[in-house]
Amino acid sequence: MKILDDFLKKHESRIKDLRFMAHLFRKSLLSMIGLILILILIIVALFAPFIASQHPSYVRVSTEQGTTVIEERWDINYNEKLLPPSVKHFFGTDDYGRDIFSMVVYGSQTSFRICIIVVAISTIIGMFLGGIAGYYGGVIDEVLMRVTDVFLAIPYLILAMAVAAALGRSIDHIMEAMIIVWWPTYARLIRGQVLSVREQQFVEAARSVGASNPRILFRHIFPNSFAPLLVEITLDLGAVLLTAAGLSFIGLGASPGTAEWGLMISSGRIHMFHAWWYVTFPGLAILLVVLGFNLLGDGLRDVTDPKLRR
Amino acid sequence: MRTWEFIVRRLLLLIPVLIGVTIITFTVSHVIPADPARAFAGGPKAQPDVIERITKELHLNEPVWIQYFYYLNDLIHFNLGRSYLESRPVTDSLAQYFPATLELTIFAMLIAIPLGIVGGIISAIRRNKLSDHITRIIAIVGYSLPIFWLALMLQYVFAYQFPILPLEGRLAIGMNAPTSITGLYVLDSILSGNLATLASALYHLIMPSFTLGFATLALILRMTRSSMLEVMGMDYIRTGRAKGLSERTVIYKHALRNALIPTITVTGLSFGGLLGGAVLTETIFNWPGMGRFAASAVLGFDFNSVMGFTIVVAIIYVIANLIVDVLYAVVDPRVRLGGG
Repeated sequence: MKILDDFLKKHESRIKDLRFMAHLFRKSLLSMIGLILILILIIVALFAPFIASQHPSYVRVSTEQGTTVIEERWDINYNEKLLPPSVKHFFGTDDYGRDIFSMVVYGSQTSFRICIIVVAISTIIGMFLGGIAGYYGGVIDEVLMRVTDVFLAIPYLILAMAVAAALGRSIDHIMEAMIIVWWPTYARLIRGQVLSVREQQFVEAARSVGASNPRILFRHIFPNSFAPLLVEITLDLGAVLLTAAGLSFIGLGASPGTAEWGLMISSGRIHMFHAWWYVTFPGLAILLVVLGFNLLGDGLRDVTDPKLRR
Repeated sequence: MRTWEFIVRRLLLLIPVLIGVTIITFTVSHVIPADPARAFAGGPKAQPDVIERITKELHLNEPVWIQYFYYLNDLIHFNLGRSYLESRPVTDSLAQYFPATLELTIFAMLIAIPLGIVGGIISAIRRNKLSDHITRIIAIVGYSLPIFWLALMLQYVFAYQFPILPLEGRLAIGMNAPTSITGLYVLDSILSGNLATLASALYHLIMPSFTLGFATLALILRMTRSSMLEVMGMDYIRTGRAKGLSERTVIYKHALRNALIPTITVTGLSFGGLLGGAVLTETIFNWPGMGRFAASAVLGFDFNSVMGFTIVVAIIYVIANLIVDVLYAVVDPRVRLGGG
């Protein structure tokens, strides 16, 4: 266990700090609620096939030569159209007789995928460009900042809508559109962090012993920007989900019949007054997940920002 | 630096941003689509002769940078192309729908700003009391709510279960719009002295403007609370209290004025969110504004209208932020003196 001991000794202050943060985090009820909501999302998304009673693709609508062909599957019952919530269908059924609970469960996978991919790629682009801009400064920095200014000068939902409309309707295009909209936020965040860390003594020290630029960026600057980045990422996961759902609702996202929360609300809208459950449950799912990310992000900010810790 | 100098400098900075915005919208409309000519001609169902005509009109066979100059030239002459759905120039459609969106946005702000500031102050003063917890929960739920879902839930409750508010639209069915002076129904009906129309217009504004303003309300609430708390810990507040000023004076004269500065910024930035939210809100409440127009354009493959809407909204947003910046400089001398 020598390696472990060494590791513990070497990082003693870090670990102590993390322990203290975890302690603060646990003390906050709202942060814990956020954490639990997100854990539930992850579990539901991972184990969807075991939790849902139906697979969402069991109904597929396709148009062939002008007539609508509906593929029937064994556990879809068209007599069970728009049934209210019951023991058999917790959240009721939709206009094809599908179980809304199962749709919401499978929808978590779609949402989770969208959030993770959009935020991950935006973060990588932002780290790359923001890191370069902040580290090298000068003209590169000036140009990049003006470019991000311009991106941020267009309301994000509208820019994403325009890009998605230009690309054509699909979930993948929604994701691409959102990456285009989201990376500038990260570029600016990382640049600011790099600027504030760049002149500190430990970076100076690393440079003086001959560390290469990428090494300084990756080993010294980025790790020290981790906390604010993590907070931003957590909060953005929620914002991305809201935007994606909004775009889906307009009709830019998944093709009809897909288990996607925004789309479900959109298709349930015409049935709202005689089947309230159709729009209510997918919306609640969005609300709870976004709430979870926001509470978690706020909680992380509170424990990692020394200014707020007092 | 004097205030006017600041304004002039800020105006000059506007030029590169606007050019940048046009480059983005140009890229989105001319470079991103797999087949721009087909997109402009109405998407999948476009006729070959229309595609050919549009290719010629928009010079889509020329190099990209030449296309950009034609694009800029069109923009300068307020030519956004023709709306495929409405068979008229996009600028005409946008001009017709703009007042409805403006009215809705103004009322959303009128709900969000005062409630947000008052709620934020109460929350900060009564920190960790019940009213603080309630406002904080409202705030955090407010910016986690999908706005379109909130709209539908409100419709279900207040227009269907307890029908006390109108389901959709700007005026009661059968009622004529007031004589158009500004295009804002509330203002027009006041100007023309038509009280029945005024009442109906206000009545129809309640649900949509609350829906649209709720996220902004949450944001302002949060910002005011946190900046109030920060300011309340400052030395000059302690000094104020120590010299025996009443709590009222300390809070409203000393703390609030300084706490409101970040609130102004947030309000300006949230304007973009309002314009985006308008697309969803207007669609659900069948509100005849630019947002509903844009949403139906997206569905109807009316590419010119989508792009025209995007650029117009971007310009409105840029100008709104300019106004906020100027306000900011007026309120906080540190900004224009270049210190803070």
